[in-house]
Amino acid sequence: MKYTEEHEWLLPEEDLIVVGITAHAAEQLGDVVFVELPEVGTEVSKDDEIVVIESVKAASDILAPLDGEIVEVNEALADNPGKVNEDPTGDAWFFKMKPSDLSPMDDYMDEAGYNDFIS
Amino acid sequence: MADLLRTPLYDLHLELGGKMVGFAGYDMPVQFAGIMSEHTHTRTKAGLFDVSHMGQVLLKGPSYQQIAEAFETLVPMDVLDLEEGRQRYGLFTNTQGGIEDDLMFANRGDHLFLVVNAACKAADIAHMKATLDPSISVEPVTDRALLALQGPAAEAVLSDLVPQVAEMRFMDVGVFDWSGCDLWVSRSGYTGEDGYEISAPAAQAEALARALLAHEDVEPIGLGARDSLRLEGGLCLYGHDIDQTTRPIEAGLGWAIQKTRRPGGARAGGFPGAQHVFSDMAGGPLRRRVGLRPEGRAPMREGVELYADAEGGQPIGQITSGGFGPTVGGPVAMGYVPVDLSDPGTRIYGELRGKRQPVIVAPLPFVAAGFKR
Repeated sequence: MKYTEEHEWLLPEEDLIVVGITAHAAEQLGDVVFVELPEVGTEVSKDDEIVVIESVKAASDILAPLDGEIVEVNEALADNPGKVNEDPTGDAWFFKMKPSDLSPMDDYMDEAGYNDFIS
Repeated sequence: MADLLRTPLYDLHLELGGKMVGFAGYDMPVQFAGIMSEHTHTRTKAGLFDVSHMGQVLLKGPSYQQIAEAFETLVPMDVLDLEEGRQRYGLFTNTQGGIEDDLMFANRGDHLFLVVNAACKAADIAHMKATLDPSISVEPVTDRALLALQGPAAEAVLSDLVPQVAEMRFMDVGVFDWSGCDLWVSRSGYTGEDGYEISAPAAQAEALARALLAHEDVEPIGLGARDSLRLEGGLCLYGHDIDQTTRPIEAGLGWAIQKTRRPGGARAGGFPGAQHVFSDMAGGPLRRRVGLRPEGRAPMREGVELYADAEGGQPIGQITSGGFGPTVGGPVAMGYVPVDLSDPGTRIYGELRGKRQPVIVAPLPFVAAGFKR
């Protein structure tokens, strides 16, 4: 598992990367009330804003961590955005992407690095 | 940036795990357990709010009549006929009829007690000192905290400490003893729920808050839920839904101007900007504050532009407050729209992230008030 400074977690799953937000990010956001997901098949570039998360407090974005194609989104979040608070690192993944360039993965933090980053 | 001020409950907020933020110059808790659960708790049981950042002011003078007559030169409300022990909602207007602040004022026999917004209090006090008759003294109360206990369980909880409050009706005020200190209590609040606002000496405020929190039905509530509660209650937030450029009639606050201060009334006019307010009453304003229900789940917040049509055209107005309404279970907002688009049920559009989404004009409040009249 790798982590970005945008508080995303990236989990390699065969040739895909599963993306969600960390428990720390979910706690900072507060109660999530709305999630807008990208369409499957969308080609994205690293740092594109591709997911909108609205909490009771504010709106925030999730950036594409890599170049690639969105191959699956977690539709369950649209109906039950509160899952992001309940299980941010499990059931509440946002999307799976097929990366075209994996090299930025080397620059992302490991768990220890991320824990340092947020402390 | 100047250091943030602290209320007498600051240490208690930290002890209770409050997440602190700067608000109107004060270091205040935005949430404790979480905005959603705090909101729901207030609607179903009772929530305790620290509103000590708000301005408490006494107006004293030779007699209530003279104080009331002087104060009526600044607000379009009937102050003179307000009964002793009663409170009213009021507005300071400017020469254009715009709103300088909204406030509560109470007749306490020989003087008036005001509660004004935190962000406006310095300006309000300066305005009153500069314009009121010199026989009236403007006395900011700086040694008292202000707590709000709101929700259907508020009466049962507070009357355990102060039995007399059970007899109060909505907008009654009274002074009661608790543990040897005097509490200035009003049966009011800003959540749309029944409840009380309690001014307590700063030194006893924490003990009072702890006594209230000791009740199993009471939880501490932060500014986040205070905002979502008042939004569902259709209540204006100064600086957002009303400001110096909005006038009372377009803001939907005409009800706060009693007959006696209106054209044809015994003391018609005589407040700043009366001609503009009266002109709105006669001809109708051009725009109105309305409730708005965005379709779908995405909240529309302050600043979202409103359009008459799904495509093209110029904005017809803006959202002035908006977010997710936990009791409504969906997004709610308020904003200004032209009068011909202000009827409930009218379909307009809000532009969110470049896309126009349908918004339905809705009656206010979104959640029926639980006041004890």
